[in-house]
Amino acid sequence: MGKTVVEKILARAAGRGAVTAGDVVEPAADLAMSHENAALVINQFLEIYQGTGLEPRIWDPSKVAIIFDHRVPAESPKTATNQKKVREFVRANGITKFHDIRGDLGGICHQVLPENGYVRPGAVVLGTDSHTTSHGALGAFAFGIGATEMASVWALGIALNVEVPGTIKVIVRGHLRRMVGPKDVILHLVGRLTAEGANFKVLEFHGDTIDAMPTSGRLVLCNMSVEAGATSGIVPADDETLRYLREEAHVEDVLHPVRPDADAVYERMVEIDATALEPQVACPHAVDNVHSIGDVEGTRVHQIVIGSCTNGRLDDLELAAGILRGHKVAEGVRMLVFPASGRIYTQALLKGYIADFVQAGAVVMNPGCGPCLGVHEGALGDGEVALSTTNRNFKGRMGNPKSEVYLCSPAVAAASALTGTISDPRHVMAEIGAAR
Amino acid sequence: MSKVVLTLGDDVSTDVIYPGRYMATVLPTETPQFAFADDAEFNAKLTAKHVPPGSVVVAGKNFGCGSSREQAVSTLNGHELMIVAKGFARIFLQNAVNLGLRLVEAPEIEAAEGEELEIAADAVVNTTTGKRFRRLPLPPARAAIVAAGGLIPYTRKRLLEGTRA
Repeated sequence: MGKTVVEKILARAAGRGAVTAGDVVEPAADLAMSHENAALVINQFLEIYQGTGLEPRIWDPSKVAIIFDHRVPAESPKTATNQKKVREFVRANGITKFHDIRGDLGGICHQVLPENGYVRPGAVVLGTDSHTTSHGALGAFAFGIGATEMASVWALGIALNVEVPGTIKVIVRGHLRRMVGPKDVILHLVGRLTAEGANFKVLEFHGDTIDAMPTSGRLVLCNMSVEAGATSGIVPADDETLRYLREEAHVEDVLHPVRPDADAVYERMVEIDATALEPQVACPHAVDNVHSIGDVEGTRVHQIVIGSCTNGRLDDLELAAGILRGHKVAEGVRMLVFPASGRIYTQALLKGYIADFVQAGAVVMNPGCGPCLGVHEGALGDGEVALSTTNRNFKGRMGNPKSEVYLCSPAVAAASALTGTISDPRHVMAEIGAAR
Repeated sequence: MSKVVLTLGDDVSTDVIYPGRYMATVLPTETPQFAFADDAEFNAKLTAKHVPPGSVVVAGKNFGCGSSREQAVSTLNGHELMIVAKGFARIFLQNAVNLGLRLVEAPEIEAAEGEELEIAADAVVNTTTGKRFRRLPLPPARAAIVAAGGLIPYTRKRLLEGTRA
């Protein structure tokens, strides 16, 4: 019987000949990632060793990654003290994949991991962040866990009691229209599957649209797979994966891409015709409340956010800067831009995108998670509406339960910044063109 | 017998259970103050200790969707709440098992605030309405963690047995 990607990865990582969806395995971790919540992981880790007579020792410090991104630079003495504690722990335990608050090496964990080549095809990646699903874009099995489970992984190097997930095969075919991109594909998919449609399942992406999509776009798909409840999204590694890892992440080791068997057994199949897809918008207060842009055009917005682990990559910034260049953010609208990493920030600076944003009236912030989850800057006022390229719009997500958040692509966000209402970038571009 | 103190719909996110703006607070001794913080009325009842331990929150499908934040579990644990839901999101379910939060999965549950539930091994009985609902068992793999008293003692046991990658 043929195997899916996740079945093959877990068989290898658990040292078994073959596993099938539903089996319970204990896979070895290839990478164990945390952000500021490492402060809690440390507490739980030390607690495990209480009364054992054993010295607390991380099973393999070279496989642990810690990236500060949620509240950077620290917004409070409490956060700063937790970050200090993590820093000391990192030093004492020889953790090398540590990214502190720095303009060059820092950034959001789901960009820092891939761009530094920490994620490899076929790897088991665990992270104390639900958007760890992102790393499936490189052909890994990557999933979110809580802090206590991470403490267990630090101690044992394996994930205990993992059920091999069933897989939903997602096939995307055809050329995406102009101003329609990976974000529209995943919003559409989450809308179709619903917020729990893939709970406990893996989404495995296939089709010529995916084949032609760069890793940056695949990261968007896998990042938001969790919004349909998926344990992970996976794009089986291919030539593009290898290109990304060699050229952009500068990985030199031998890589072992994992492909599914032609006769792999899937729980179900979902097909998407990319050629028919319009720009998509997720409306308050649910990520699966997805509409084509025509349904919500004209909705007044007060804050535009471009960035995050979902859409803060160079091609996102390039697209948005191209729309904004030479124009002004509408009066009464605040626009925030936060690149996904220091490396991307630098590239955007050198290419002039940052100047485009600032001259248009946007505020460019340091890479981090801040506004997306309402922990650090960019809070909304009562009754205000945000249009954001981030990944969640739950009630209160941006720090105020009396506000509303719509989710969209960078193209829709940039176009809407110019008009002050939710706008179709194709219409805005046509008007700009006519005015020129 | 457990009293229903709050009823919620489908897809209740961790942002509702424990808003992101309180994530700098991590200690289980400190997280309970922010339980359902955006529901000012219910939060006030909890923090004033007007909700007896063992009280039940009844929810729909996909309870705990969203973030992996463990505060969403420790905050409920702090008030000794039990969650009876039609279904749970994966990470929340795992975190709850790991930290010993009492979860009951009853896909057809119907209960209103003020009603009383009796929780049996394979069923939930709404003693106010007299209706009986099936209860799904935890997968055996998770039962081992529950039996050990949570993931910390379970990991400790495995560590002492010599389990290590």
